[in-house]
Amino acid sequence: MKTKLVYFAWVRERIGRSDEEIEVPDGVVTVGELLNHLKARGEEYEAALQYPEAIRVAIDHEHVGHGEPLGTPREIALFPPMTGG
Amino acid sequence: MAMRPEIRVQREDFDVTEEVRRMTNARTDVGAVVTFCGLCRDDGGSLSALELEHYPGMAEAQMRRIAEEAGERWLLSGLTAVHRFGLIRPGENIVLVVAASMHRQAAFDGANFMMDYLKTSAPFWKKEHLLSGASGSWVEAKDTDDAALRRWRGSAAD
Repeated sequence: MKTKLVYFAWVRERIGRSDEEIEVPDGVVTVGELLNHLKARGEEYEAALQYPEAIRVAIDHEHVGHGEPLGTPREIALFPPMTGG
Repeated sequence: MAMRPEIRVQREDFDVTEEVRRMTNARTDVGAVVTFCGLCRDDGGSLSALELEHYPGMAEAQMRRIAEEAGERWLLSGLTAVHRFGLIRPGENIVLVVAASMHRQAAFDGANFMMDYLKTSAPFWKKEHLLSGASGSWVEAKDTDDAALRRWRGSAAD
């Protein structure tokens, strides 16, 4: 499955790009599994996702927990805890 | 008729008086308007600006979800939330919430709820730029902001 990923704040800075399209392997079903899969893609991903529990994820503009299934999204976003307001 | 929140994410500044006028214009049933304005603050004299990054599309969608939840919890006649992005200097506005109701308690609570959830669940991030020219660090999320959410728990917006 081809999926668009978007990154924000220090996740974006550490990975070194704001978005990309990746092929998600069949065995990657949940949000948590996707984070583990990405972490193994190289040292910049390792640096961004060193503490996966700190990473917030949104699928098609809605927050999701790490145990949620990915489904067939248009866009998956990874970002740090939010600090607006 | 359900309350229709006014949600905006914009680079430019906002005018508090104008936003209040827009909400109460041609209405006689509003008895209370609460406004909250969040400003860029420099604690130690070293901050040049905050850079506000946001997730376009989701920022608006999440703010709207929070506002609609507020509208279900309290009888609000209007709720406006405006959040800026880009470089914001100390003393400048970052965020505005205006809540209107027949009575003050709903207006206070609605504005409070909107801000608590906006801070912790709307996709915005602050990065410090220092007067020294150095790019400072990303502002870290506060435990106290999460703690503030607990008082609203029961049927949460998140």
